[in-house]
Amino acid sequence: MIYREAGQFKTTYAADQAIFPILQDRIFVALAVVGAFVIPVRFANEYWLQAVLIPFLIYALAALGLNLLTGYAGQLSLGTGGFMAVGAYSAFKLASAFPALNIVLVFLLSGLVAALVGVVFGIPSLRIKGFYLAVATLAAQFFLIWLFNKVGWFVNYAPSGTITAPPRTVFGVMVTGPDAAAGARYVAALAFVAVFALIAKNLVRGRVGRSWMAIRDRDIAAEIIGVRPLRTKLLAFAISSFYCGIAGAELVFLYLGSAETLAFDINLSFLVLFMVIIGGLGSVLGSFLGAAFIVLVPIFLTNVPHTVGLNLPVALAKQIELMIFGGLILFFLIVEPHGLARLWQITKEKLRLWPFPH
Amino acid sequence: MISKRFVVVAVALALALGPLASAVLAQGPSIFIPLLVYRTGPYAPSGIPNANGFQDYFNLLNERDGGINGVKIAVEECETQYDTKQGVECYERLKSKAVLINPYSTGITYQLIPKAPGDKVVVHSMGYGMTASADGRYFPWVFNFPMTYWSQASSFVKYVGAQEGGLEKLKGKKIVHIFHNSPYGKEANPTLETLAKAHGFELTLLAVDHPGQEQKATWLQVRRINPDWIYLSGWGVMNGVAVKEAAGIGYKMDRLVGNWWSGSESDVIPAGDGAKGYKSMTFHAPGAGFKVHQDVIKHVYDKGKGAAKKEALGEVYHNRGMINAMLNAEAIRTAMAKYNLKTAPTGEQVRWGFENLDLTEAQLDKLGMKGMIRPLKVSCENHEGNGLAAVQQWDGKQWKVVSDWIEPMRNVVRPKLEEAAVQEGGEKLKYAKRDCSKEK
Amino acid sequence: MSVFQQVLIGPLKDIGSNPAFFGEVVIGGILAGMLYSLVALGFVLIFKASGVFNFAQGVMVLFAALTLVGLIERGAGVWVALAATALVMIVLAFAIERAVLRPLVNQPQIILFMATIGLNFFLEGFGEMLWGANVKKLDVGIPDRSFMAAGMQINQLELSAGGIAAILVVVLAIFFQKTRIGRALRAVADDHEAALSIGIPLKTIWVVVWSVAGLVAIVAGIMWGAKSGVQFSLSLIALKALPVLILGGFESVPGAIVGGLIIGVGEKIGEVYWGPLVGGAIENWFAYVLALAFLLIRPQGLFGEKIIERV
Repeated sequence: MIYREAGQFKTTYAADQAIFPILQDRIFVALAVVGAFVIPVRFANEYWLQAVLIPFLIYALAALGLNLLTGYAGQLSLGTGGFMAVGAYSAFKLASAFPALNIVLVFLLSGLVAALVGVVFGIPSLRIKGFYLAVATLAAQFFLIWLFNKVGWFVNYAPSGTITAPPRTVFGVMVTGPDAAAGARYVAALAFVAVFALIAKNLVRGRVGRSWMAIRDRDIAAEIIGVRPLRTKLLAFAISSFYCGIAGAELVFLYLGSAETLAFDINLSFLVLFMVIIGGLGSVLGSFLGAAFIVLVPIFLTNVPHTVGLNLPVALAKQIELMIFGGLILFFLIVEPHGLARLWQITKEKLRLWPFPH
Repeated sequence: MISKRFVVVAVALALALGPLASAVLAQGPSIFIPLLVYRTGPYAPSGIPNANGFQDYFNLLNERDGGINGVKIAVEECETQYDTKQGVECYERLKSKAVLINPYSTGITYQLIPKAPGDKVVVHSMGYGMTASADGRYFPWVFNFPMTYWSQASSFVKYVGAQEGGLEKLKGKKIVHIFHNSPYGKEANPTLETLAKAHGFELTLLAVDHPGQEQKATWLQVRRINPDWIYLSGWGVMNGVAVKEAAGIGYKMDRLVGNWWSGSESDVIPAGDGAKGYKSMTFHAPGAGFKVHQDVIKHVYDKGKGAAKKEALGEVYHNRGMINAMLNAEAIRTAMAKYNLKTAPTGEQVRWGFENLDLTEAQLDKLGMKGMIRPLKVSCENHEGNGLAAVQQWDGKQWKVVSDWIEPMRNVVRPKLEEAAVQEGGEKLKYAKRDCSKEK
Repeated sequence: MSVFQQVLIGPLKDIGSNPAFFGEVVIGGILAGMLYSLVALGFVLIFKASGVFNFAQGVMVLFAALTLVGLIERGAGVWVALAATALVMIVLAFAIERAVLRPLVNQPQIILFMATIGLNFFLEGFGEMLWGANVKKLDVGIPDRSFMAAGMQINQLELSAGGIAAILVVVLAIFFQKTRIGRALRAVADDHEAALSIGIPLKTIWVVVWSVAGLVAIVAGIMWGAKSGVQFSLSLIALKALPVLILGGFESVPGAIVGGLIIGVGEKIGEVYWGPLVGGAIENWFAYVLALAFLLIRPQGLFGEKIIERV
């Protein structure tokens, strides 16, 4: 009833191919984006921005990147943490070597560096696939972390061995460094993720996305109809790593402020992969839903006992939290194996008919 | 089917809206101290006794003295699993009420150092964290007394020198440093390298990758080098495995010396009898034989309020937790005396208290901790204080101190430390150098 | 000294100059490799029969070891505790089949993989809640001493662990090749539907295979627990098994064994002789690179079945 496309006629091909062909979707997305820019900055406190929303946006960007590779191009990767580390460390090097360089440019350049590294480690994908490839990309993960840990040049020979976000401004507003307000960092992260989500959305419905999906669905058939697997797969690795690299740079510059290699360890790779699978493979929306699930649910579960006035020992609370979190993953997978995005789609279908059963 | 969907939607909705209700706690007229603990996860064996030590000591103050100068202490634990991101979440949730924080993880410490001045929260990283922060001129809000990793490493070399019959006898001796391959593990390397040059011993650095369950290759190399001494900077499971491997290849255990995060009960238990003789550095005495322990039993455990089992009193990390809590409390007491407070002090006041902490022998005696830790004096320039190290040894049943208190080579460590402070504080964080003569 | 000399000649000369030590490195590698194989076996068994890449394998090892030690600490005899732990693992297999596998039958592999991640979180919390997070000592009654043989130092405990792992592998091989259930397992591994059509009960097979993997987890838990004590970190050893898996193939029991040995020996030699050139601690990624280099030549792994693709 509320959500109906009846009466919306498409008179041009352009209208038919729009990203959001239904008017309600367009309104909803526009409202959501505007709301995301305005509401939290005005009303959320620092805890919300710093501990919940900023990590959510950064993880969403990383999940988006991995989803392009795994969900659309079908290449399972567990090197995400490594590629994010490349982004973070190159951003640090660039920012400290060229203090005058705009921080947005720094992020984009470090994304490019990550893309290059991604291409190198994507080469094995030409020979191997599936879980074999996933485990092979772990080589990237372990090697890159080892490298950043070992070579002092990456941290400017800092005695502490950590990288720190230097203070930088965009349009006169401090967005990185210890003095940057949480609101400013939030807006910066949101702007990045919004732009790149739009790019991703366009990418996957164009020629590139279609060739990725062709490779994913059946690579030999794709090759026969003229999709070059070498170029397509490596392009997927490059673009995915580009996204991950920017997310990694944001992780240090907008969220943590300073980091050691441990922040990019294997757990991060797994975490981002969980987001992609739980959210929905091959869905831009799914990346956001998955990131929300993995970031928000544990925080929610941590806060529940306090809210209802239950005073559990912290260890017990954490253990119960883990159990419930695991149970929820299973629960959602069993009710909808294709991820939260699919669940959303089903809800939309229901909304079209509501309140009438047929 | 509809009901199933309904459940799904309900669960999804609950998850989406749930975080809106973040924790709200009643704020009383007490001193609020948040505790970042790790009672679960891979490092829980170290985290549990430590957290219990904190709880027991603060409980003791509340039960025996009614808090500090009559103001009760309120603690709230937050579980981090030793994970930096969870630690940041904890900090953000609790910082509005906090005046000081013990991060209890190197990673979390690095997160909090840039935030501390803005939030007016004192960061006390006792014997861990960023070594350079010992220079209080650059890092007014960060304290790492009683000692830093670098002082510790120099104390180790001094100890080895004493065992060999003088520092000059170190010439030509072989020392191996086995370290956790992370910024924490590498902390001791520059100091050891400097001292190797100065005293002519042969230093070999062997890294072990996280988490360190499999160290066969490292210990094969040790066998080939056949060093006179081994210094171990491990963490978590790596320690237990290292001790076990050392015993397995028949290395002389009393020449294997861990740093103070490698010498607890949980590190020697897996190796069983093989661990007998293993040594580690420490800055406080282990064991439950101090007066403060009797007080804890009387005022806390006999009332059924103990955080641990009674037998756990005196464990290395339990004692360390108590000492850390005591240092926090004494700094707050110093602040309250200066500002003549009958209520909870502010962040700035507590910072002054930390900076002007002067823990005398008499005060330690009064606290029941005489001999457990050395008197300590902190100053504006020196946030490391003048702590001393000691060496403890595992005799198969318990840890015992086997050395005198060792003065670190401050003349070697301090200049390097000041250099590092310029780099970490001045260049990276753009902090201005304070003029300490103007502080009062 | 040129780079070439440093990288190629130096370490080789080093090997030649002290063959006894080299032997020690190789033996150390073999023994460590057997332990990797043990963990890898758990993965292989489950992947073979149900196509599930079981992320929870590491936690199953931890859970088994925790249960065993917990029972012993509470006064149960060693054998009673072992039997009880075995029972617990079998019950766990039943529960997993009922709650996870059955509702997700016919789903893509990656979904099943994700389900085992949920399982992983659940077991992690459950095991810790049940038995506590403190480190526990596991004494298997074999003294941790070394003896000398032909100028090489060999550790008794590791030797026994390697021996037990070898026996287990032989038993499993016989089980798969010679018994009725074993044959059914192989049939299921080949083709689910065909196996069903000739009357092999798929659900029973799954329970059996997860139970066997649970039992392997007990053995792996004991062996690794004796090394490091039983504590949470035990669940991380799964990572050590992954390069073994890509090298040996996800579906091959002999692959897991030989792969484990190659990885074990390879990474030890790499770390001891080439590690110092770049500052050490290369073991972790070296194993992956070794496996990767191998994969580029044989994409299906050592003994993996060659998949012939047709359009």
